[in-house]
Amino acid sequence: MVATHWDRAAIESLVGRSLAEVREGEAEVLFTARDAALTRFANSRIHQNVAEHDATIRVRVVDEGRTGVASTNRTDADGLRDVAARAVAICRRATPNPGGAPLSGPLPSNAPPDLGFADATSRSDPEMRAAGARSVIVAGDAAGLETSGAFSTETAMLAVANSRGMWNSHSVTQAKLLTVMMDGNGASGYAQATGTDVRAIDATAVGEEAADKALRSRDAEDLEPGSYPVILEEYAVATILEYLSWMGFSALAVEEGRSFMELGRQVMGTNASIWDDGLDPSGLPTAIDFEGVPKRRVDLIIDGVARAVVHDTVTAQRAGVQSTGHGLPAPNAFGPMAWNLFMAPGSSSKDAMLGGIKRGVWVTRLHYVNIVHAKRGILTGMTKDGTFLIEDGRITRPIRNLRFSQSIPEAFSEIEAIGAGTRLVAAEYSGITARVPALRIAHFGFTGATAAEQAE
Amino acid sequence: MNKTGPVNDLIHRALDVAQQGGAGYVDVRVVERQTESLTVKNGALQEAGANLSSGFGVRALVDGAWGFSGSARLEPDEVERVAREAVAIARASALAQRDPIQLDDSPPVVASYNTPYVEDPFVVPLDEKLRILMEADAAMARVPGVNVRSSSMEFGREEKIFVSSEGARIEQDLVEVGAGIETSAANESEVQRRSFPQSAGGQHVTGGFEAIRALKLAEHGEQLAEEAVALLTAPQCPSGRMTVIIGSSQLALQVHESCGHPIELDRVLGMEASFAGTSFLTLDKLDRLQYGSPIVNIDADATVPGGLGTFGFDDEGVPAQNVPIVEAGRFVGYLTSRETAPVIGRRSMGSSRASGWNVIPLIRMTNVNLRPGSAGTLEDLIADTRDGIYMASNHSWSIDDRRLNFQFGTEIGWLIKDGRLGQMVKNPTYTGITPEFWGSCDAICGESEWNLWGLPNCGKGEPMQTHRVGHGAAPARFRNVQVGVGQW
Repeated sequence: MVATHWDRAAIESLVGRSLAEVREGEAEVLFTARDAALTRFANSRIHQNVAEHDATIRVRVVDEGRTGVASTNRTDADGLRDVAARAVAICRRATPNPGGAPLSGPLPSNAPPDLGFADATSRSDPEMRAAGARSVIVAGDAAGLETSGAFSTETAMLAVANSRGMWNSHSVTQAKLLTVMMDGNGASGYAQATGTDVRAIDATAVGEEAADKALRSRDAEDLEPGSYPVILEEYAVATILEYLSWMGFSALAVEEGRSFMELGRQVMGTNASIWDDGLDPSGLPTAIDFEGVPKRRVDLIIDGVARAVVHDTVTAQRAGVQSTGHGLPAPNAFGPMAWNLFMAPGSSSKDAMLGGIKRGVWVTRLHYVNIVHAKRGILTGMTKDGTFLIEDGRITRPIRNLRFSQSIPEAFSEIEAIGAGTRLVAAEYSGITARVPALRIAHFGFTGATAAEQAE
Repeated sequence: MNKTGPVNDLIHRALDVAQQGGAGYVDVRVVERQTESLTVKNGALQEAGANLSSGFGVRALVDGAWGFSGSARLEPDEVERVAREAVAIARASALAQRDPIQLDDSPPVVASYNTPYVEDPFVVPLDEKLRILMEADAAMARVPGVNVRSSSMEFGREEKIFVSSEGARIEQDLVEVGAGIETSAANESEVQRRSFPQSAGGQHVTGGFEAIRALKLAEHGEQLAEEAVALLTAPQCPSGRMTVIIGSSQLALQVHESCGHPIELDRVLGMEASFAGTSFLTLDKLDRLQYGSPIVNIDADATVPGGLGTFGFDDEGVPAQNVPIVEAGRFVGYLTSRETAPVIGRRSMGSSRASGWNVIPLIRMTNVNLRPGSAGTLEDLIADTRDGIYMASNHSWSIDDRRLNFQFGTEIGWLIKDGRLGQMVKNPTYTGITPEFWGSCDAICGESEWNLWGLPNCGKGEPMQTHRVGHGAAPARFRNVQVGVGQW
């Protein structure tokens, strides 16, 4: 697949023509485009194989405190004229909102033009993805496991211009390969590799990691729910950070009193440091947000102290600060979002983390996590694809998946060891990515367990 | 969308190119989806937006392997490129293929379907929509102590053409509306939220603006706000095993998570294993497993008027149907597609749906409905309950990857004592294992309490498709349920 439709000149021309269609008030034009492909496999064969090419123009018109937004994926002259007219029509009839999102003036991005972009990813083809899928399937077959997963590649383009002179654009790529392997009797293993450059994804290694975990998960037994020390592998930690972002890293969540982030206060242990950095090439970087504002690193929690939250132009205006570059596309009642999360590594190996645990739980990843109480940071969810009992400092047997219900700030106040290495993990349901270490936590609350296979 | 003239030439060009490339089966969907959304927050118009997305998708079966490609540009060159790409992708799929895919023998249909409605939501003036939202906001604002108020509306119109190489041609025009209000109150340690008619954006149906007017949002604003404030000082939900009465909208979500998803046959066959998981309702359970108590009856009904999962034909051209899923507690049916139905010796029951032109159809819920029972009104059911708790309006949800172990939280609960609602409690939660839970159901309210709820945000598949589904439910009673989960 080749991303041929939109080079920089074509985007500039389109955005310029779109902006010129708005003849009253001030206007912002947001251009987004995706050339995406995904090869999905299950039961050790490819069962879905898809490609998608789309581009959207979103026009925001602001006039005397009133705002109207309209978008379209019709990028011909009629489409541009129509979308501008619809945005103006909504704006005319809207009621004024003094707290509405202001338009920014020029805010040049200093990010390197090739940040987050790999030509190999943008030019990947279905044969390459099929070969990757086949490598994973071979690893599963060798272990006698049923293999499922997905191999995706994507080129995403983003440009923002407005009538105050804002112009910023950025193109990024992402490749992701994930697999779940199962033995048909409850054992399963998971692995994921993600990054900007598809050439860095080692499909065989992904397959072997999942196969190893699935084979070690066979013949799982029950464990009585309760509070246990845990080792959370990177996949599990990344999911927790994703939900911390949903719950509390946004300035709007703090404004509305629903965040666990009490700025200036100790909210986690002194060994916990979490930040957002959209410019770090070791994550999945993006130079600008959907308002065109260049991204800035935000130190969210440093040494356990809540230091800052992320802003868009609306929350920044209310707080009297600059946007940190975390705005979502208008119209947006959700507020800003921290997308590029990092957690500081420590110095432990995973083997070393096991030492001293009398009876605990090893968690590979989490499933279907949801927020029970945002203010206290309480999450619930299940363990998945490799849950093991730790006894006397070593893994002794696989256990059936457990349900946890746990305040994360409380759990992260009891981090006993932090992995020396980090792993980049892409969230399942959102675009959030997190580069995180594994953690050992003194107490983690498990409140239930899944059932064995049901009898008829 | 103009469904005549050049668009048909382009559709047939795509069919021809794909067939000339070697496809044994091809279908083309042309879809235009128009949406509008409005949100009033704390007395100000927070967002007003309109979106238009149109494009086409070509799905090709080559030597028993699937390929799909879609594009927003319905132009001659692009149509040919996309059709060729779909075939090329199918050939790549064959590189990791076991048995060739075979579709069932559903006959091709030439037909059309339009959602019935009285008042077109896209021609109702913005002023009128804002008036309704502002009145609801003002009602909530009358209560001291609330800190966030939100009122919202959403409208969607999806026009689509489906044409297959087997001779099917179907035109549909689906119209959806949704609205709801929500408010929260906060103190130093708590945030408590109440919403109407249900959480997560309110009620959504297929139909016209008349359904929005019928919600009478403003009439519920004040009570909602009072409950949010009262919850701040309410005692914590007790912990233990007890009798639970679950409100209609929460039970609809329970049906969604613990019945709707596990009956998706693609999930049962492992096709979703790497994302959403599998299902405990394996093929050996069909017609054998006692899923719930004998009073539990569940249908998948794509024909019920007003359901968010109501349509004329699915995205493989199969007519909408009403099929039994659970009969007298026994598990008897799956949601199926043309590819999967033959596995159980059946023909597709028409639940293969794509969320847009740019994605392939997957097995999705239609309206998976718990049939009403004989327990009368909610008042009757509470009066018949000596000790227990009534929980209403969803707050959180989670279920394991086989759809067995679940945990739900609701916005509000009331203890039941001697047949009456008593103390309000905050942060109610309950947990269980699906067949045990439905097996403990001993009373379901009747027709007068039954409501068809719309869920506009059901996620499935990779790339993830967010789809619109429906669930009918009346309040029901469950015995010996674990409530008050975790440390509070």
